[in-house]
Amino acid sequence: MAQEYSYVRTEMLPEQEPPSNAVGALVWVRENLFSGPLNTILTLASLAAVWWILSHLSGWFLNSVWQAGSLAECREILDGATGACFAVITDRWEQLLYGFYPSDAYWRPNLALLLMLVALAPVLFPGVPRKLFWFSAIYPALAFWLLWGGSIWPPLVVLAAFPLGFIAYRLVEPINGILATLAALAAPILWWFLLAGPVGGVLAGILPGTLEPVASDLFGGFMLSIIIGVTGIALSLPLGILLALGRQSDLIFLKTICVGFIEFIRGVPLITLLFTASLLLNYFLPPGTNFDIILRVVIMVTFFAAAYMAEVIRGGLAALPRGQYEAADALGLDYWKAQRLIILPQALKISIPGIVNTFIGLFKDTTLVVFIGLLDPIGLSNAIRATTEWNGVYWELFVFIGLCFFIFCFGMSRYSMYLERRLKTDHR
Amino acid sequence: MANAADPPKDSFRLSMLVYDTRYRSITIQIVALFLFMGAAAWLVDNTIQNLRTLGKDFNFSFLWSRAGYDINQRLVEYTNDSSHGRAMLVGLLNTLLLAFISCVTATIVGVLAGVARLSKNWIVARLMTIYVEAFRNIPLLLWIVVFFAVMTESMPAPSAFRGDDPAASMLLFDTVAVTNRGVYVPEPLFYRSLGDIDLGIFLVSLDLIAIVAALVQGFYVNRAIVGRATRIQEATGIRPTTWWQSILALFGPVIAVLVALGFHLGYPELKGFNFTGGTHLRNSLIALWAALTIYTGAFIAENVRAGILAISRGQTEAAFALGMRPGRTMSLVILPQALRVIIPPLISQYLNITKNTSLALAVGYMDLRSTLDGITINQTGRELEGMLLMMLIYLLISLTISAAMNVYNRSVKLKER
Amino acid sequence: MKKSVFLGTLTAAGLAAGVVGAATLDDVKARGELNCGVSTGLVGFAAPDANGVWSGFDVAVCRAVAAAALGDPMAVKFVPTTGQTRFTALASGEVDMLARNTTWTFSRDVDLKFTFLGVNYYDGQGFMIRKDMGVTSAKELDGATVCIQTGTTTELNLADFFKVNGMSYEPVPIETNAEAQQQYLAGACDVYTTDASGLAATRATFADPENHAILPEIVSKEPLGPLVRHGDDQWADIVRWTLNALIAAEEYGVTSANIEELAKGTNNPEINRLLGTEGDLGAMLGLDAEWAKRAIMAGGNYGEIFAANIGEATPIGLARGLNAQWTQGGLIYSPPFR
Repeated sequence: MAQEYSYVRTEMLPEQEPPSNAVGALVWVRENLFSGPLNTILTLASLAAVWWILSHLSGWFLNSVWQAGSLAECREILDGATGACFAVITDRWEQLLYGFYPSDAYWRPNLALLLMLVALAPVLFPGVPRKLFWFSAIYPALAFWLLWGGSIWPPLVVLAAFPLGFIAYRLVEPINGILATLAALAAPILWWFLLAGPVGGVLAGILPGTLEPVASDLFGGFMLSIIIGVTGIALSLPLGILLALGRQSDLIFLKTICVGFIEFIRGVPLITLLFTASLLLNYFLPPGTNFDIILRVVIMVTFFAAAYMAEVIRGGLAALPRGQYEAADALGLDYWKAQRLIILPQALKISIPGIVNTFIGLFKDTTLVVFIGLLDPIGLSNAIRATTEWNGVYWELFVFIGLCFFIFCFGMSRYSMYLERRLKTDHR
Repeated sequence: MANAADPPKDSFRLSMLVYDTRYRSITIQIVALFLFMGAAAWLVDNTIQNLRTLGKDFNFSFLWSRAGYDINQRLVEYTNDSSHGRAMLVGLLNTLLLAFISCVTATIVGVLAGVARLSKNWIVARLMTIYVEAFRNIPLLLWIVVFFAVMTESMPAPSAFRGDDPAASMLLFDTVAVTNRGVYVPEPLFYRSLGDIDLGIFLVSLDLIAIVAALVQGFYVNRAIVGRATRIQEATGIRPTTWWQSILALFGPVIAVLVALGFHLGYPELKGFNFTGGTHLRNSLIALWAALTIYTGAFIAENVRAGILAISRGQTEAAFALGMRPGRTMSLVILPQALRVIIPPLISQYLNITKNTSLALAVGYMDLRSTLDGITINQTGRELEGMLLMMLIYLLISLTISAAMNVYNRSVKLKER
Repeated sequence: MKKSVFLGTLTAAGLAAGVVGAATLDDVKARGELNCGVSTGLVGFAAPDANGVWSGFDVAVCRAVAAAALGDPMAVKFVPTTGQTRFTALASGEVDMLARNTTWTFSRDVDLKFTFLGVNYYDGQGFMIRKDMGVTSAKELDGATVCIQTGTTTELNLADFFKVNGMSYEPVPIETNAEAQQQYLAGACDVYTTDASGLAATRATFADPENHAILPEIVSKEPLGPLVRHGDDQWADIVRWTLNALIAAEEYGVTSANIEELAKGTNNPEINRLLGTEGDLGAMLGLDAEWAKRAIMAGGNYGEIFAANIGEATPIGLARGLNAQWTQGGLIYSPPFR
């Protein structure tokens, strides 16, 4: 029982304000900006640099002209003053976003983009109903149809091979495991080569579902970058997983092939692969094969991304504690079951930030397609500058293109950091 | 209990190839081998067929025929009478030069920015964050064309330097001219040059060899001096003053060699259409150099920051407790440890720089791609040979760099006991 | 299953693919579209407008061939090629023909395995320079910085020209005409060199064409014409004789205005054979009788195409000069249609 003494306080004193020489804006400034001679110099130098940049750019931005038909008109409006001529953006922004895609069909890429977000939702956000995965599964066919037009049936029929393969696997599995795998491989191939064409034709006869076809050479701008980037990543994911597993495997020969492939792709610049797509692919394929340049680029970009993806996933596989592998073995799971049920779900989860980073890199690299004659945003900026009206416009176009890329990539990188944080708490 | 019977010794059955784990891996590998060889044969066969249809053959003899075109930036002797192979070499050296100088400057920029981003100075840290984010999230190609446009559009033409009241003037006491055709800087010249020796493919300047030899010798002498000082310090506790000896040892021989060779600077001068004399750093080189430096620098800054943050806080506190100032703490305690984390991603950035030099295409820098894979395959129509050769060269460079990385990684690995 | 995803991509690719075999005409017909390689944009010769529709002197050749082979002058897919990518695009089958300011040289014809099908423009390499530089002859260009488009005969001619005249120069290699133009206008090079017609076309787009001079020296012969791959003579014949039909039409006075009337039959057997009312020249080519009529209707005869795209009434303002009909003292000459 504590006794009460008159000279002992019974209650806490209220906290006091810090002394006045340790708070306030001035103190903050002194501590953070002028804490020593070096810091003072740095601060002053930074302020000078910021002032220099702002004073040079602000006039240019503040005086910008947004409505004019040509650079000459712009200069007339400015009348000798320095100012940006963003009229080129108001005049040509549709071209920078969509290339030469017919303007009455802009709703199609827009809708495809929107649906892509819906299709990605179950992957990106945990709270979304799982049923949406079905939509994600048919999304590729839908997007292809929306973008290129034509009948909806060919892409759907091509895609139908995958459930078909799965059904074949299930049907044969009770008889023999090996045969089932073979059936799962053979069914889609037979479907594509023998049945897909006629079935598609019949279905198209019943219900046309046709959109105005759009040729590949009309694609351009950010739409093209997004198409190449997104398909490249989506297709490279399965290939990357296989390569990563191959690289980890005990089978010497498989491992050698995978390592060789990964190191080769990572060792040469993307630009040589793109040139291969545009110049050499025809040498390597059977005489007479010739297909769409966008498709060729997507194939090469897929290989490229797959090699990087494989390294990211390998990192994820290596980060898993050894115990997980041993536990899977102890449960008597075979290799594929162990990978599918235990290893990959965890390894992929760890790798998501890396995958997003690979995607950002790939998205930026899509600008290189300008070298093989595709009209990505930078290619379009050249094309716009080649016209008589806008000859000599540089900075406005660069600012616009840079800003678009920045918003996209910065958003993605923030998302990847958010994921990293979320996954970290799960893991430790 | 009766003796447990040995498991029955199965005779080998065909199905064991699939079901028995002892044989299955071999089966899979053999199947894979056949598939792989089939695919390879298919590709080669297609190529042969396609070449035959086009009436072409596969040979590299074009590398020995006359090139006929000029290259503006050449590190080794080259004229339009030289061979395509020589042009390829010139391009390769240009690629390597660009890669090397970009690696050096990107490392400097990256380390400074990475450290500055962790600075306690609010404004410096914020500025560096803006720098890193802006450059990481915008494609390199855009930066290259931006820097190129800055050079060609915003700098004065050589004609602006002409006349009695020129619109532009040279910098740094009339020694450096910044024009929209590039930057002209003074070049080192020798009155009593030793000449060159011919190594077959290269001419190597004897002057350069003499200077390097003097430098190396000075370096070793300096090491001996410092080593002696340390021994004295260990024995007596008093370190003798050696700084003037070091300076003498390091710079004395070099200065002596330079004086002996008659070293002087050749300044750029406006003559006719262009500046002559001095070293001409072309726009394309400068734009690529700046873009690669600043873009890759942003990535390196992130690596450096991550490396520093990876060092436990206790190390800093321990260093402070020993009475070290923040600067010395960083350079003596934190950075040496952080290097182990920083170097591997740093080297993969070097790899990226090397590969990204191929973007030279955007600004017409005569690198390996522009010579071998640009003009040469256009004049000769040997795209298959040219592309394969170029891929092979890039692959060799990349593999060399990764091999160096592996050696380094092994050498700095934490020795765990 | 994962592997089949990959295979699926390839197969889908195969489904979407057209196929180019040895018989180019069959492929073009099956595709319903002619793939024609053109330059990335040279006003007057080949340039897309704001809607992406191509027009120009070289484009007209593509359209005429498409009209002859497919019956529709608009059934052309234009593949923009740079000086560097054009030959590989043709060799690899990405394009069926190249109509792109390409100089006919021995090594291209023989060593690169292409077939040149005639000349639609006789050109030569020239130099353009600002008037205020005070240069009046290419021989005064010692030490100049020269912008060149890479991957052309231009850089070889340039090297030879400067060598022969004992002068030095600084080459600035550039990919496309548009970039070269920007560099030249910004003053990053003193001189821009390419075919004289290209210089005139480029100058026409400047804000101040009067301040730029094209120097009198023409340092090379540049016969420009369409070309195809070696090995398909039928296709080569179609392109060659389509071009000849355009030239012959001008010689015989067949224009897009009077062609309907003339196609009903005239008393000039040459015109009748050309327009298919007499003989079966079309069938020999593997086309129908009216092939040449459609080709001429696509953009008019050679003279009309010239006048509409690069002639003196256009901003480019090229005189016929060497490119006049042989009857007018020029070099344009079609072998007889019989």
